[in-house]
Amino acid sequence: MSNNRTLRGKSVVAGVAETTYYKRGESPDAEFKLALKAILGACENAGISPKEIDGFSSYSNDRSDPSRIAAALGIHDLRFASMQWGGGGGGASGALANAASAISTGMAECVVVFRALAQGQFGRFGQGRQSKFTSGEPAHTSPFGLMSPAQMFAMKVNRFMHDHGVKQEALRAISLAAYHHAQNNPRAVMHGRPLDAEKYDNSRWIVEPFHLYDCCQENDGAAAMILVPAERAKDFDHPPCYVLSALSGSHYRAGAPVHNTPDYGTSTFKTVAPRLYDMAQVKPSDVDVLQSYENFTGGVLMSVVEHGLCAPDECNEFFTLENLTSSSGKLPLNTSGGNLAECYMHGLGLNVEGVRQVWGESTNQIKDVNVSMVTSGPMVTPVSSCIFGSEATL
Amino acid sequence: MSEYYLNPGLAIPRAQADGLDKAYWDGLAEDKLIIQRCLSCKGWQWGPEWLCHRCHSFDLGYEEIESTGVIYSHERVWHPIHPALKDQGPYVVVLVEFPQADYVRVVGNLLGDPLQPLEIGAKVKGVFEHHTDTDPVYTLLQWQLA
Repeated sequence: MSNNRTLRGKSVVAGVAETTYYKRGESPDAEFKLALKAILGACENAGISPKEIDGFSSYSNDRSDPSRIAAALGIHDLRFASMQWGGGGGGASGALANAASAISTGMAECVVVFRALAQGQFGRFGQGRQSKFTSGEPAHTSPFGLMSPAQMFAMKVNRFMHDHGVKQEALRAISLAAYHHAQNNPRAVMHGRPLDAEKYDNSRWIVEPFHLYDCCQENDGAAAMILVPAERAKDFDHPPCYVLSALSGSHYRAGAPVHNTPDYGTSTFKTVAPRLYDMAQVKPSDVDVLQSYENFTGGVLMSVVEHGLCAPDECNEFFTLENLTSSSGKLPLNTSGGNLAECYMHGLGLNVEGVRQVWGESTNQIKDVNVSMVTSGPMVTPVSSCIFGSEATL
Repeated sequence: MSEYYLNPGLAIPRAQADGLDKAYWDGLAEDKLIIQRCLSCKGWQWGPEWLCHRCHSFDLGYEEIESTGVIYSHERVWHPIHPALKDQGPYVVVLVEFPQADYVRVVGNLLGDPLQPLEIGAKVKGVFEHHTDTDPVYTLLQWQLA
């Protein structure tokens, strides 16, 4: 079937960058300055002038307005400015999809996907809102002490673990793998701070089944990635890294208020993943390495299952440190340290790492990566995923 | 010790300004559990919306159901994310579904020992927790094992 209505192979990643990653509140730079630094860094990595950028794509209501950035960079011809609705970190690969769409349809020639976050300068994600009154959907949850992301999502994970007999050790393996990889990654905030099973087991509960180390960090920083048309694939120092697919979505009534989606114990990827593979023209068994957004480890577990990489009733056997860390393991996972141990750059750092795996530039490089997948923001709606491919995949 | 399940100081729930969930909060004050029901197709719906998601009728009513349900999922919370809960210690939040109303769900606390074993599928009955010392007063629907 001839189908022009695809993103497959139509755009390539020209450059990526991140700022120094900080613990929350420790950035010496303003949030907007972090955004600029990451974007300039990505241009330098690509070897292009920042004035070539003609499009911006972000998510989760990023505060760094693209018109202000375009003015700051002196861009002559702004052609594309896109914000992916809702879903927090679920928008990371969605923002990439929007950028790839702009490139693929000729709306823009050089689009930067970016996210900047200074949780020290603005509100924290992990704190309950403090106000005298509450109304709307929060009025139906927060009076019962359910108000943080960890609390919203533990309820889903508990249901999934109950339905499929998943043990705590499966979540622990995801956390241990992230920290293991971070020890080789000098960019990682948790570099030099290893984690072992005993330390995990002894760490405090945040909300069952999440120990402290099942939860992402809160950080300051920025990351950026530049997409250009596939025709330019050979213009850069990197080997080509194509966008094979990128899209977003959610299942039937995923957003039904007060925890009323009928299919509840899910990462929200059941409808997204099949479309992702269809567009990329790859199978789950083709995936060489996975970056899977960890707001909480339980979300990773369900994302992996719903992307067809592990049967739901085989999680206890599949999620082991060995399987998740080495080239010979079943699924090398979160090879930069991810949101748990590299930096919570609202997930865009995972996309950056997914590209580096195709380029052969990861600090935990997996051998012969051709298909590199990223899943963004499990359990929210909409969620999103993307697949990067080497030249061999086209 | 507070007479309520959670320590005082959390935000006071109010019906939203457009009136969408007013019947629910008014019902709780009178020890009634009121859920949205489509007057056209008779389907139950929660949280409330202006439109029936099944038949797209705007003709939605609110009806009382028996305050009994089943634990659909649960969580034991340890880390206080609000200053009012600083000295709370662990507490249990449950998601309760109503087989008698198309399995719609509400969130509440499970009364009793916060360290009690938690079981998906357990039957629970409602307890109306009247907060009379706030302005305005309000009522929460809590749960205990049936």
